[in-house]
Amino acid sequence: MRKLILPVLLIAIFALMPLIAELVGKNALMTLSARILMYAMAAASLNLILGYGGMVSFGHAAYFGVGAYVVGILYSHWMSEVPVFGLFPGSNQLLVTLPIAMIVSGLAALLIGALSLRTGGVQFIMITLAFAQMIFFLFVSLTAYGGEDGIIIRRANEVPGLNMRDKTTVYYVILVVAVLYFAWMWRVVNSSFGQVLKGIRQNERRMEAMGVATYRYKLYAFVLAGTGAGLAGALMANFLRFTSPDMMHWTKSGEMIIMVILGGLGTFFGPILGAAAFLILEFYLADWTEHWQLALGLILLVVVLFTKGGIMGVIARLKGGRE
Amino acid sequence: MTEILRIENLQKRFGGLVATDNVTLDVHTGEIHALIGPNGAGKSTLINQLCGELRQDAGVIHLAGRDISHMPAPERVDLGLGRTFQVTSLLEDFTVVENVGLAVQARDGGNFRIFDRVSGRSSIWEEAGHLLAGSLLDDRRDARVADLSHGEKKQLELVMALATQPRLLLLDEPMAGLGHLESQQMIDTLNGLRGEISMLLVEHDMEAVFALADRISVLVYGQIIMTGTADEVRNDPRVREAYLGTEDA
Repeated sequence: MRKLILPVLLIAIFALMPLIAELVGKNALMTLSARILMYAMAAASLNLILGYGGMVSFGHAAYFGVGAYVVGILYSHWMSEVPVFGLFPGSNQLLVTLPIAMIVSGLAALLIGALSLRTGGVQFIMITLAFAQMIFFLFVSLTAYGGEDGIIIRRANEVPGLNMRDKTTVYYVILVVAVLYFAWMWRVVNSSFGQVLKGIRQNERRMEAMGVATYRYKLYAFVLAGTGAGLAGALMANFLRFTSPDMMHWTKSGEMIIMVILGGLGTFFGPILGAAAFLILEFYLADWTEHWQLALGLILLVVVLFTKGGIMGVIARLKGGRE
Repeated sequence: MTEILRIENLQKRFGGLVATDNVTLDVHTGEIHALIGPNGAGKSTLINQLCGELRQDAGVIHLAGRDISHMPAPERVDLGLGRTFQVTSLLEDFTVVENVGLAVQARDGGNFRIFDRVSGRSSIWEEAGHLLAGSLLDDRRDARVADLSHGEKKQLELVMALATQPRLLLLDEPMAGLGHLESQQMIDTLNGLRGEISMLLVEHDMEAVFALADRISVLVYGQIIMTGTADEVRNDPRVREAYLGTEDA
């Protein structure tokens, strides 16, 4: 039962956040909390390949951005009543747009992963970065969908029975999706596939010698990670009511990597704590100085040099676990 | 007598160096066939071509009658080719039983499942426990591999190779770095598998080779200079020359 303490605590904090924000009269806290949830999902999806699978992908923001654009593009077609590619109608229904965002970003990951995973090491880092930049510039040049300015989404997607004009309702929708996503992720990392993935990170050569064609498993993980980032991006588009190429800029990919490392590579709760730490630091440091990135860099340096496994590493040692 | 492995005219060059020079060799079913030779003779290169990590330049490899020359490594494992590594190559963060469990799981399949619980696949853990019970690692099953001694890691290499249920086992210096007692234990373990599994044993420890091998092939500068029984190899002048050098050298 002790295993349940952290998840229950996290859900309780996030569920109470809108009330707390209202009590202290700081609406920005709810926004911060929502951003933490969405980035935690994106970071967790990256953690699947980076932490559990040992693949240093430096282009994860691309799938995040693609997910956001799916929501934006479907919305703009729903508004204009012009079919997408002349084939199917747009939509403003969350239960339609989220799955489509996941599928499209998963397909993008399938394509990019199929090519990138033929390489390894530094080449893999560079090629994933290169693909992500290609997608970034593709959307910058897409003037039909706002180009550099992106797409403004006047209203968040509808969910039957809910008033999605209410910010708090949107917040709770995000929370529910995030909880479902993390429950799913828990299953994945403890599944047969998860075990194989952990094996590949530790020793790919050994896995091949046991008859595991590692390429397929890595590609599968890559696609699953892409769908997760797409889901987070689709929520972000709904939350910001806006989508732009900035969401898939390479610095966003870097931020996701930082969140994963900060929280603890290959740990389940690491990405949540990492995203929270990163965004809270950004929130308060940016208030205090415009050179907040310098301070953040120093903190990251300390974490990498001294914690051995990020925030989760510190927690494990405080609990007196092994090592 | 049937052959589990047949290698014909295998060739591999690295630039100007001929690492495998027209090697023809067979391993009979049930046999322990040792491959010996001085350092740099090309033994590891040969093993790596057999298991598919290296691609030969020319020649054919047959496993149980099937041409596997161009097959990727994992497919060769599915056909019954197991191997151990000279430098132990294990999953260091996992425990001993997790290592063996994953080897069983790899053979068992169903590994794209994302909605099951691997801890709930009891057949895997039963089999892993069974394999460990028959080994020297029984009381170390929950130890992390990174914490094992060298000798224990060598034993685990073997257990993991056995977990894939090979018909032919490629053993790349299983005695390397072992103390006398540990070597003896390894010899006993391998002797216990005699007849069940065919083996191609690459080894420097001559005591082990003579204790185990039904036949011995001698590899020098990429070429097989002879194949024979222990006595034939011991008394062959060419072998003495390869190992000890000529009188005037």
